[in-house]
Amino acid sequence: MPASANGHPRNGGAAEAGSPDRQHGAADLARRIHIYRMMVEARLFEETAYRMFLGGLVKGTAHLAIGQEAIASAFAAAMKPDDLTFCTYRGHIHTLLRGAPPSRLLAELFGRDSGICGGKGGSMHLTDTSAGAMGCYAIVGAHLPIAVGAAWAAAERGTGQTAVCFFGDGATNIGAFHEALNMAAVWSLPVVFVCENNQYMEYTPIRSVTAVENPAADRAGAYGLDAILVDGNDADQMFDTARSAIEKARQGEGPSLIEAATYRHGGHSRADPGDYRPVDEVASWKARDPIPTYRERLLSEGASAEQLDDVEATAEEVINAAVEEARAAPAPPASVIGTNLWADGGSAWRN
Amino acid sequence: MAELITYRDAVGRALAQEMERDETVYLIGEDVAAAGGVFKTTPGLRERFGPRRVRDTPISEEAIIGAAMGAAMNGLRPVAEIMFSDFLATCWDMIANQIAKTRYMTDGQVELPLVIRTANGAGVRFGAQHSQSLENWAMAVPGLKVVAPSTPQDLIELLAASIRDPDPVVFFEHKALYPTSGPVDDGELVGELGKAAVVRTGGDVTIVALAAMVPKAVAAAEILALQGVEATVVDLRCLVPLDTQTLLKACSQTGRVFTVEENPRLCGWGAEISSIIMEEAFFDLDQPVVRITTDHIPLPSADALEDATIPSAERIVDIVSRTLD
Repeated sequence: MPASANGHPRNGGAAEAGSPDRQHGAADLARRIHIYRMMVEARLFEETAYRMFLGGLVKGTAHLAIGQEAIASAFAAAMKPDDLTFCTYRGHIHTLLRGAPPSRLLAELFGRDSGICGGKGGSMHLTDTSAGAMGCYAIVGAHLPIAVGAAWAAAERGTGQTAVCFFGDGATNIGAFHEALNMAAVWSLPVVFVCENNQYMEYTPIRSVTAVENPAADRAGAYGLDAILVDGNDADQMFDTARSAIEKARQGEGPSLIEAATYRHGGHSRADPGDYRPVDEVASWKARDPIPTYRERLLSEGASAEQLDDVEATAEEVINAAVEEARAAPAPPASVIGTNLWADGGSAWRN
Repeated sequence: MAELITYRDAVGRALAQEMERDETVYLIGEDVAAAGGVFKTTPGLRERFGPRRVRDTPISEEAIIGAAMGAAMNGLRPVAEIMFSDFLATCWDMIANQIAKTRYMTDGQVELPLVIRTANGAGVRFGAQHSQSLENWAMAVPGLKVVAPSTPQDLIELLAASIRDPDPVVFFEHKALYPTSGPVDDGELVGELGKAAVVRTGGDVTIVALAAMVPKAVAAAEILALQGVEATVVDLRCLVPLDTQTLLKACSQTGRVFTVEENPRLCGWGAEISSIIMEEAFFDLDQPVVRITTDHIPLPSADALEDATIPSAERIVDIVSRTLD
C-alpha cells in the first residue's frame, strides 16, 4: 500500500490488488488489459488536449486529469452501459471512457461544429447522453444532488441503473456535497460518490482547509456510510471498489462514498504550472504513475509485452485519427446560436 | 358547471389531475407530504398517490432542486416545491446555472421537464425574507419559463401546462392569493403557457398586472370607471414566454399603459415591457408608460408599512387619475 501525500496509510474498505478474492483467469486478464487500454487512451487524450492548447487549437481552458486515469478507467469497466456518469470540469476522460467518440470530444474542445455539444459546451461541459455520460459540471459540487436525482428516478422506475458521481476533494467542503450525501442515504439511492482526492483544491492543499484528515472518507460516518479509502492510482483496487459499490447500489442497498487518493501531474488548469507543490511530493507521486505501474503488474501477471504494445499503438492511432477528424471540422455556423434552448429547438421568449 | 374553489385548493387539484394522468409526475419538498404543505396546498396527495410519489425532503434546497433536475434527466417529471420563493436564493446555482443552461450547453441532448413551485409575494406580514416578489430573478435567466397565475382556474390550467411542458418552469404561486376563491370549470383543465388574459376591457387606459396585482388592478379599474375612465386590464400570467401580441394590441387600443408590479422597482418585469412598447409601439402612445411598483427597498413587516409599500388599488387610481389630468 503506498502512503498518501500526507503520509497516512490507506486502509481501503475494498479488496486490495492481489488479494485472495481476485480471480486471475483469462477473462480477468482481458478485463485488466481493457482497463489498461482505457488508461492509455485517456492519457493520450489529455496529452493531446494539452498539446493542442499550446498550439492554440483548444480555446478557453482545459482541466487535465493526467495522473488520475485509474479511477475513471476502473469505473468505466465496472459500469453497465445504461449506468450514468456525472463528473466535473476535469471530465474529459470520464466522458471519453464511457464511450463518447474522441473526435467529437476534441472537436468540442476546438470549438467545432461536430463537437459533442455543437460548440455550446466546451471543455467544462462535455456530455454524451447516448453513452450515459450525463455531463461535466463546472460549478463545484453541483452535480452531486443531480446524480442523486438520477438515482432517485432509477430507483422509482426500477431501471437497475447506478449513478456514479465523480468529484474532487474541494467539493467536500461545499454545502451541496452534504445535502446530496444526506438525501441519498435517507432515500437509500443507487448512487456511488467518488471523491478523486488529488490533494489540492485548485491551488490550495486540501489538508490546509479541511477539518478532517480525509476529506470525504472522514465525513462518511455522518451519513451512516462506511469510510472507504482506496489507492486511486491502483486500477485493480479501484475496479474492485467500484464493482462492489455498484453492486451494492444495484441490490438496493443504498449509496457509497469512496475516497480515492490520487494526484494530478499538472496544475489545476492550463493557466497553472502547479509550482506551489513541493518538488519531492510531485516526484513521489509521479513514481506511482498509475499507467506504467499497471503495465508492470500486468506483465508480471500474464500479459505479454506484445499485447500491451499493441494496446498502446492502437490507442495512439485512435487519438491521432480523432485529432485529424476534429481539425478538419468547420466552425459552427452562427445560425445555431439561437437553437436548442427550448425543447422546440429554438430560443424564443415571446410571441 | 363551475364551482367556487380557493387558489390554495387549486394547487392540489392541479397536482392530483396530473399525477393521476401520468405516473412519472412526482412531488417533493419540505413538509409537502405528511403535513400537506406549510400553506396546506398539498393535503391528501400523499394518501392518494403514496409516500413515494409525494415525498418529504430534508431542508436542503440544493438537493431538492438538484434531485428534481437529475430525475428529469432520467425519466421522471418532478414537481419540486420551494416553500418560500425567497429560498430560491439558496439553490439559485441549481436553477440558474444548471437547470436553465443544460439543454443549451448540451445542444439539446438533455431535456428537463420539471416544475419548481414556490410561494411568492407579500401581504402576509412575513418580513423581508419571506415576502419577496421574485419573478424577475427567474425572468432574467435564459432557459427558464416563468408562470404566475392570479386565479384558481388559471392556476390549475397553467400548473397542468407547466407539468406537461418539456422545459423547466418556475411556477410562482402568490401566497396572499391562497385564501381567495374563484370559479373553476369541471373536468380536466389544461391551459397554454405564454398567453396573457384580458380580464377587463376599456378604451382609455391599459393596466398590465401579474398575480396578486391583478385583483388590485381590477379593483382600481372599477373605481376609475366610476370616475369615467375605462381601463383594460391585462393579466400577463406568464413572463416567459411573454405574450407581447396581447400587450401591444392593448397598448395600441388605449395609448396609455400602466404596469402594476409587486417587485421592487429596479429591473422589474415592467421595465422590460416598457422597453418593448417603446421600441415597437412608440407611435401608438399618448403618454409615457408609467410603472407602479413597490419601492426599491427590502419589505418591512409591520402591516401598516407593508400596505403602504406594495401597490394598492388606491395608489393605482391615484397615479392613473393624476396622469390623465
